[in-house]
Amino acid sequence: MAENGKPKLALYWAASCGGCEISVLAIHEKILDVAEAFDIVFWPCVMDFKVSDVEALEDGEIDVCLFNGAIRTDENAHMAHLLRRKSKVMVAYGSCAMEGCMPGLANFYDRERIMQFVYHDSPSTDNPDGVEPQTRTEVPEGELTLPGFWNTVRTLDQIVPVEYFIPGCPPEAKWTEAAINAIISGELPPPGSVIGMDVTVCDECPRERSEKKITRFYRPYEIIPDPDICLLDQGLFCAGIATRAGCGALCPQVNMGCRGCYGPNEGVVDGGARLISAIASVIDAKTPEEIDAVLDTLPDPAGYFYRFTLARSLMERTRLERQNGHKVARPLEEVPRLDPALKE
Amino acid sequence: MPKQDYSELNPLWGDRGPVIVGFLCNWCSYRAADLAGTSRFGYPATLRDIRIMCTGRFDPTFAIKALRDGADGILIMGCHPGQCHYQEGNYKAMRRVALLRRTLAQLGVHPDRIQLAWASAAEGTTFTQTVMRMTETIAKLGPLQWRDTVSDLAPRTPAPEAEEVSHG
Repeated sequence: MAENGKPKLALYWAASCGGCEISVLAIHEKILDVAEAFDIVFWPCVMDFKVSDVEALEDGEIDVCLFNGAIRTDENAHMAHLLRRKSKVMVAYGSCAMEGCMPGLANFYDRERIMQFVYHDSPSTDNPDGVEPQTRTEVPEGELTLPGFWNTVRTLDQIVPVEYFIPGCPPEAKWTEAAINAIISGELPPPGSVIGMDVTVCDECPRERSEKKITRFYRPYEIIPDPDICLLDQGLFCAGIATRAGCGALCPQVNMGCRGCYGPNEGVVDGGARLISAIASVIDAKTPEEIDAVLDTLPDPAGYFYRFTLARSLMERTRLERQNGHKVARPLEEVPRLDPALKE
Repeated sequence: MPKQDYSELNPLWGDRGPVIVGFLCNWCSYRAADLAGTSRFGYPATLRDIRIMCTGRFDPTFAIKALRDGADGILIMGCHPGQCHYQEGNYKAMRRVALLRRTLAQLGVHPDRIQLAWASAAEGTTFTQTVMRMTETIAKLGPLQWRDTVSDLAPRTPAPEAEEVSHG
């Protein structure tokens, strides 16, 4: 507690887009209550603090840290460890910190391939000297350093212990508010809890559902969906059937299938596996050939199923193989085109 | 059967052989395995079979967890199409396995590592032949070693010092 009796609050962003910071402000005038109730000691996006301000604090002096963003560089990890040490309660705020989210899709590749594309191959790159970022660079003025870039994107709780998780990309304001109210009142759920709902997005979705029999999938641009019928019934991929509720089914209500940003619902080990199970169940095909024909209309299944959860999934990333002493991702193109399922 | 030296098919095996986790349905394929046993049919000791009530109970999570924890292949076996004890379970399995294979292929797992096959309670030889055929396929592909992929991703790494940080 500060001298004024207020609990201390820190907010930090690691590998994230900034949307979580905006979502904290989406609680509108409630933010004044936050400023009223808390002594904000660190919030680089909004207020002028330095890392040395955090280092100067006693261990455990921060009461609550809302940490958004995945961990993909040495700096991210350093800040995660620093803030963990200084905080009594660590909250993984948002999908990146909780399950990897968009940055976690980098786990389909490895560091070398990402550097190759971003600094050499991408159509918009103009880099005639082939310069790549280095962790240490000598310049006339001295040595410059950059944080190391990891092969694999990690979630916050894979790096440091975390007390609470607030899902969403970004979290809906009502859950941010609920979490802040719980912290202010001291009525906190047991550590390890996800602050949100246990059921799936379908429970909040107003669309009319019937027995699903899908004979082909459509990309969103291919059809104009009926506004009242379940999108999955109409052949549009929707992750709502295996995604935690709490958002109010925002995307399905504007004709866009759920992308799955709240992660799997309570009790699910691997969200992608759950989606495989659910999506496969609603396909109307009974022979390997028919099944393959339907699945051909669903390109990039791993991208659909692990869009937000790859870093937290059981597999965590694509396969790595040792080459010349260090590990590189197995090139995707080496995996052959699928042959039909074993018939005999 | 004599002990097989799998390193002939792929040197990466060393002195171990493939580990295949099998999910066999209670009504057909587990009984086929039983029949193979009581009939003393020989087959490679690569399969670790788990009985499930129906292939419709097969959750892709089972396969993914097994592969992560060290399995080299997954074999799902059930009743022939049209003969499911619960009418539809094996059709669901057919679709789930097809989608699972496509998904895992994108993560660098060869689709032949996950296979689906049928054997009725009377088909002990179908069962043993399937295990033999799959063992050979996996033996040629080599060990999956997913632990090696995730081993340097050990959770909760020790706090790096400000100056000397790892570049993992």
